[in-house]
This record gives sequence, C-alpha cells and structure tokens, in this order.
Amino acid sequence: MKQTQKIILFLIAAVGLIVLPMLLQGFGNAWVRIADMALLYILLALGLNIVVGYAGLLDLGYVAFFAIGAYMYGLMASPHLTETFPLLAGMFPNGLHTPLWVVVPLGAGIAGLFGILLGAPTLRLRGDYLAIVTLGFGEIIRVFLNNLDHPVNITNGPKGLLGIDSLHFFGFDLGKKHSFFGFEFASVSLYYYLFLALVVISVVISHRLELSRVGRAWMAIREDEIAAKAMGINTRNMKLLAFGMGATFGGVSGVMFASFQGFISPESFSLMESVMIVAMVVLGGVGHLPGVILGAVLLSALPEVLRYVATPLQAMTGGRLDASILRQLLIALAMIIIMLSRPRGLWPSPEHGKSLQNAKA
Amino acid sequence: MDILIQQIINGLVLGSMYALIALGYTMVYGIINLINFAHGEVMMVGALTSWTIIGLMQESMPGTPGFVILFIALIIACVVAASLNFVIEKVAYRPLRNSPKLAPLITAIGMSILLQTLAMIIWKPNYKSYPTLLPNTPIDVAGAVITPTQVMILCVTAISLAILMWLVNYTKLGRAMRATAENPRVAGLMGVKPDVVISATFIIGAVLAAIAGVMYASNYGTAQHAMGFLPGLKAFTAAVFGGIGNLAGAVVGAILLGLIESIGAGYIGQLTGGVLGSHYSDIFAFIVLIIVLTLRPSGLLGERVADRA
Repeated sequence: MKQTQKIILFLIAAVGLIVLPMLLQGFGNAWVRIADMALLYILLALGLNIVVGYAGLLDLGYVAFFAIGAYMYGLMASPHLTETFPLLAGMFPNGLHTPLWVVVPLGAGIAGLFGILLGAPTLRLRGDYLAIVTLGFGEIIRVFLNNLDHPVNITNGPKGLLGIDSLHFFGFDLGKKHSFFGFEFASVSLYYYLFLALVVISVVISHRLELSRVGRAWMAIREDEIAAKAMGINTRNMKLLAFGMGATFGGVSGVMFASFQGFISPESFSLMESVMIVAMVVLGGVGHLPGVILGAVLLSALPEVLRYVATPLQAMTGGRLDASILRQLLIALAMIIIMLSRPRGLWPSPEHGKSLQNAKA
Repeated sequence: MDILIQQIINGLVLGSMYALIALGYTMVYGIINLINFAHGEVMMVGALTSWTIIGLMQESMPGTPGFVILFIALIIACVVAASLNFVIEKVAYRPLRNSPKLAPLITAIGMSILLQTLAMIIWKPNYKSYPTLLPNTPIDVAGAVITPTQVMILCVTAISLAILMWLVNYTKLGRAMRATAENPRVAGLMGVKPDVVISATFIIGAVLAAIAGVMYASNYGTAQHAMGFLPGLKAFTAAVFGGIGNLAGAVVGAILLGLIESIGAGYIGQLTGGVLGSHYSDIFAFIVLIIVLTLRPSGLLGERVADRA
C-alpha cells in the first residue's frame, strides 16, 4: 500500500514538473525564467550540499566554481576571443563556437581541478578557518575576472562577455522556438527541460553518493574527523574528493547559466551569491536532499515572485520601499526567522548520521 | 623612498581601522565561536548615524568647532551601535546558542543583509559625502604627507586600544570575559554570569566598530549602506590572520594587513611593469591569509589548534 502510494505521488510530481512550463508560459516567459533560475540554484545547492552537507566542510567561496564554468563557456562560445586576438580569428574564421560536448566536460573538469587546488592547502584547517579561506578564494577569482581586461583582454573586465551562443546539440538549438505535437515551446521552456534533466541526474548522483562508501566516509569525517582517521579513512583524499565533486557541479551549472543568459559579468559571481547558496542549503536542511531542494526553491523563486507583489507596495510607500529593497528585506527576515524557529532547517534529515540508526535496530 | 613612507602611513591608518573592527570579531568569536557577519554593518550604522548627527548639528548650531561636532557625533554613534548590537545578540544569536553551528551563522548573514536593507530604507541608497571637520592642511613627514584626520585616527585607535586592554586585563568584567572565553560552564560555576558577559562583549565590540565607522567615513569622505561589508571582511581576515580569539593577535594582524595592502597596492604596478594594477589590492589580504594559514593553521599568535568543526 505504502509502495503504491509512493509511486503515485512520484508520478504526480513528475507530470506536474513536466507540465509546469507549459502552464507558466501562458502567463508569460518571465515566469518560466523564474522556474529556470530556481532549477539552476537547485543544481548549485546540490553541489554545495556535497561539500557542506556530507563532508561538513563549510565553503563560502562556492560561487567561484560557478564563475569558472560560466567564463569557460563564455570564452569558448562568444565572439570575444576572436575579436580581441587576430591570431585566433585567423584560425577560426567563423568564430569560436566550441561544441557543447567539449565545453561541458571542460568546464566541469577545470572547476573540479580548482576545487582540488582550493582544497589542498586547506586540508589542515577546519570550521571557521576553512570558511574564511574559501571566502577569500571566491573573492580572488572575482577580482581576477574583474581586472583581467588589461594588458591582455581575456575576461573583458567589468563589462562582461556578450553574445554567448545558446546551447545546441545534434543541430537542435535551444535558443530558438520549437514546436512539438502542435504545441509551441519557447526557448526558456526548452532550457527548463534541460535543467530539470540535470537536476534529476544530480539528485540521483547525490543520493547514490550518500548511500555509497564514499558518502559514509564523508559523513564520518563530518561527525568526527579524528575518529574517522583512526578507522582507516583517508581523510585527505576524501576531503579533496568532496571539494572536487562539489566544484564539478558548480562548473556545470556555470556553463548552463552562461548559455542561458547569453551574457555574463563578474557581478553575477559576488560573495553574496555564495552566501545565498550556503543559506539555501542550511535553510532547507543541511545534508538532506529534499530539504536542500526546498531551500533552493524558496530562496530563489519566492523573492522573484514577490517582485511582482511588491510593485503596488512601492506605490503605497511613495517609492521608498522599492521592489528590490523589499525583496532583500524579506530574504533577510526569512533567513533569521526560519533559523530561529527551526535551527536544523525547514526539512532536516530524520536521523542524525547513519550509525545511530543502525544502533537502534 | 617618499612613496614607501607614504604607503607605510596609509597602511598604518588603514590597519588601525581594521584593528578596531577586528577586535569586535575576535572577542565575539573567542566567547561564543560565532563569525558575526553583521559586525561590518554595525560599523556602517555607526558611520551613517554620525553623518546624520553632523548634518543636524551643522544646521542647528553653526559655528561650533569641527572637532566638537565630530566628538559628539562619535559618542552618539557609539551609543546607537551599542544598543543595536545588544538587541541583535538578544534576538538573533542568544536563542541559537545550543543549536547546530551553522544556524547562528545564517542568522548572522541574515542580520547583515537586514541591516543593509534597513539602512537603505532609512538613509537612501546613494553615497553621502562625509564632511571634513578637522583642518585640511596636510602635515609633512619626511617627504610624505599625513592629514590631521589621519593623525586623529591613529590617536583615537591608540586610546581605544589602551582602554580596551585595561578593561580586559585589569577589571572584574575583563576577568569575567577571559574566564567565559576559556570555558563558559566553569565560569558560570564560579559566579560569572555568561549572559551578562556576552552582552557586554557585544556592546564593547559595537563601540569599537562605531568608532572605526566614523574614522573610516572621515578618512574617505563618503558613507553608504554597503560600506561596512568589505572592511568587515578584511577585519575578520585580520582576526584570523593574527589568531582568532586573541586580542593582541587581532591588532597585529590588522596592522600587518593594512601595511601589506597599501604597500602592495603602491608597488605592484612597478614590480610587474604595469601588468597588474592597484585594483588587485583587495586580494593581497586573502592571498596572505591563505599562505599564513597553510603554514600556521592557528594564525600568527594563536595557540589553540583549530580543531573545532
């Protein structure tokens, strides 16, 4: 009985998620965009959850990996590099349009590599020391993105990269309208399905990781590092693996973000963004997949929805309380109130560590 | 050579402002192990409050000497910031004292955003020009210049540090603070009231931050709702750099950080032949931090091993 209920619930959820963009499209593409961004944030939150939730390493510079992925794609698939370097323009007369199959693994790989690079010097650090070092790392990346426009113009500085290709595979361009079965899908809806697929894949990967030996090793490190070491877990490799894995997720979401927006600038990768992703993970329930997803949806979609509600309020207060300020106010209040009322997150994992559960049985 | 002396002076001024903020971080961290992300915002509130007071006083009492106005504004800013921090601790951190460690961190971040937003609503988001209240004639020091405002910053910092050291080392409250930092439960058994001590710590931290805010605004001539964030971050870096929880470490770390930053910014163009400009000054702090922590995980003067999760 319980099993069939579960299956029914799952099917309803799946159908709901598939139909969602078609319904939203009726209200305008802006609403589908909100759903797309929410999915991207879920992807990021799932990646950070590996580092913070499973391995217990507080990473406040996570957005750096997102930025690396985004710039990777931005440079490889926009006119910027061929315009600035005549040599490259000679090599690629039609512009640098690197195919997806090259850029996604490359973005993921390089972000993962940076994750390990960041992890390596911080292995001896724990807790808050680690938090501040990762935060510094995020800032370093951002400052470089901001300033690498001279003497050699690589990132185009604060102006950002324009004209980034939309994703296309097998001759199918996600940036254009397509119609299936007589129903027209806008570009944003197509991206929705792509992001949804990625989120599903990430959830499966995260879930499998959680149950695997690697996942249990991470959780052992999270609960008590010294005990974990004593039990023969190679804490160094495990921590590096966690950093690398988390960063890979960040890199892939970055590639997606760049292609979705068509424009990136260092502004999208500020420290606030890192902090937001940490807040999503913690607010929902650190280390618990449904909780993390809930947190990401709440903090990314809700404020956007509020933006529409806020316009009348702005008129009422004579412009002093404009939409963006109100939005920020509500996010801040939500963070404080949720933490005060539910310090373990909105949807925490039912048990504290696997070992305790086994002990009871 | 003149440039070097100039950069050293600038570095000392910058470092002393970081030191005032860093002390607040390190005291709070030493006692309740919380990175108080809202601390930079307390500094911002101090600066903006003093800006309002200065404006009011210049309007209502023209002819009052600049330093008197500045002094009164400073006192009021300290009172406002202290009451604010007292309330923040009561409302946002105290209920979470026995919760998982990430929970108070998130409320601290939330508080930081909340304060910035409220400041935006109260003071509007634009940059305010902060009046120069001290005489504007630069003083010549071996070919470099130092402004009276900068002299004031160095003096005020030195006085504040002296008072703080006296407070922590020679008063009953200071002994209670040190005891609570060592072990709150045992301190409680010995008749210390940890709640009172923690409130006092937040108040003292806020006063130092407000002083730093007023100094910062008078040095750069501007104030704005987002002004507290980066200095707060640097100050925390300085506190970690010196060994968090250690007061002397915070001061040493902050001064070193200020020096590294301004000397680095002054020379990086020359050293790299103009390839890297002074915009990179913000990252010196973090690069130095990473190097120091790699070599000495507990900071320069820290004794405790960083094994807390």
